[in-house]
Amino acid sequence: MSTRGFTGRKPPEATRERLPPGQYLTEDFPVLQIGPNPRIDLATWAFTLREGAKPLKTWTWEAFNALPRTRWGGDIHCVTKWSKFDTAWEGVSFDALLADAGVAAPTEFLLAEGYDDYSTNVPVADVAGGKGMVATHYDGAPIPLDHGGPARLLVPHLYFWKSAKWVKGLRFTKRDEGGFWEMRGYHMYGDPWREQRFTGD
Amino acid sequence: MIDPAARPLVWQNATLTAIRPVTTRVKSYRFQVGFDRPALAGQHVDLRLTAPDGYQAQRSYSIASAPDGDGTVELMIESLPDGEVSGFFDAVAAVGDTIELRGPIGGAFVWRPEDGGPLLLAGGGSGVVPLLSMLRHRAVAAPEVPALLLYSVRDATEVIAAQELAARARDEANFQLMLNLTRAGGRRIDAAMVDEALDRLGPPRHAYLCGGNPFVGTVADLLLDAGIDPVRIHTERFGG
Repeated sequence: MSTRGFTGRKPPEATRERLPPGQYLTEDFPVLQIGPNPRIDLATWAFTLREGAKPLKTWTWEAFNALPRTRWGGDIHCVTKWSKFDTAWEGVSFDALLADAGVAAPTEFLLAEGYDDYSTNVPVADVAGGKGMVATHYDGAPIPLDHGGPARLLVPHLYFWKSAKWVKGLRFTKRDEGGFWEMRGYHMYGDPWREQRFTGD
Repeated sequence: MIDPAARPLVWQNATLTAIRPVTTRVKSYRFQVGFDRPALAGQHVDLRLTAPDGYQAQRSYSIASAPDGDGTVELMIESLPDGEVSGFFDAVAAVGDTIELRGPIGGAFVWRPEDGGPLLLAGGGSGVVPLLSMLRHRAVAAPEVPALLLYSVRDATEVIAAQELAARARDEANFQLMLNLTRAGGRRIDAAMVDEALDRLGPPRHAYLCGGNPFVGTVADLLLDAGIDPVRIHTERFGG
């Protein structure tokens, strides 16, 4: 049933085709996070791949930046309803991290952990095969602190809360363990095209 | 934390029962709606509008009312220039309308009476709305909890709930209001203001900051500078 008196401003078809259900296009880049920007020193920054509690490999900022680079361009979608088109990112693919660590994924699930104590879960299948990276650059420049720099996860085909800001590591987990928002009613997977915003969507 | 028997958050038909002006750009909208789960102060709801051709627009709005279980929620919606949804509410919505709504949503920017205080609230512009919910809840459920609201707006015409906040500051022994007008000879939030708030309140057990990103980012950084533990600082920013 329609809302009395609402006509709205339906975007042009070319835009509509790229907008998942319930989303609208923004030209801005809104900043959303649970707390203050963490204070990160590149001299002590580290990124660690873990299996449960066991570290598999840790990279310093210098070592991380020596890894092979990858680029991705496309649209991103935030659960708070905005979508942003044609974003450009550069960083280190999940595949490159595994290759440099000399390991195969030991489990099917990951928990991304941030310097701000944020966490979020992502299936390995959603970052492997070129689908996810740890990004250090946005639009040709180092990612600003407000947007998760020096390094953030990028899993662009899922709602953007999965692309954890200020990421300090990825932890392989035996089971699919919910992270910060997933423990507070948000969807375990978060596919924008199926509008998986909340538990049960 | 997650309810193991978490049910889907269903869309409900909410009836608009009252509209009243709050400032020149903000109106209050009260909806009759029964939630199927407990609400917490600081949460928001999603609204969904549907055009005759099926086109839909969704937006999130913070709840201004206390979670008192009376079967209604109050939202305060600022009419934004070109706002597709806020413009509809400003110009078209009328008492008796049915609006699709789901909620309550959000488990991070919430305060419960048992969370205690001192409670430092900092709001920029309409970012005061979820803080108002916390203050209203606190006044009834935990009036002994010390609280201070640092509220920054452009000028006196934009102060949301001005009379209510002034009355609370006058009548509630443990509540202090620091109103900052950034125009009319005032200035933007700075270290001196944040330090004054901390002096008056004492070290906060919880801080809740809501507003535009520059306001929230500035206050969060100033609280870190003052030595407040980041885990005590909760933020909610517009632009989503």
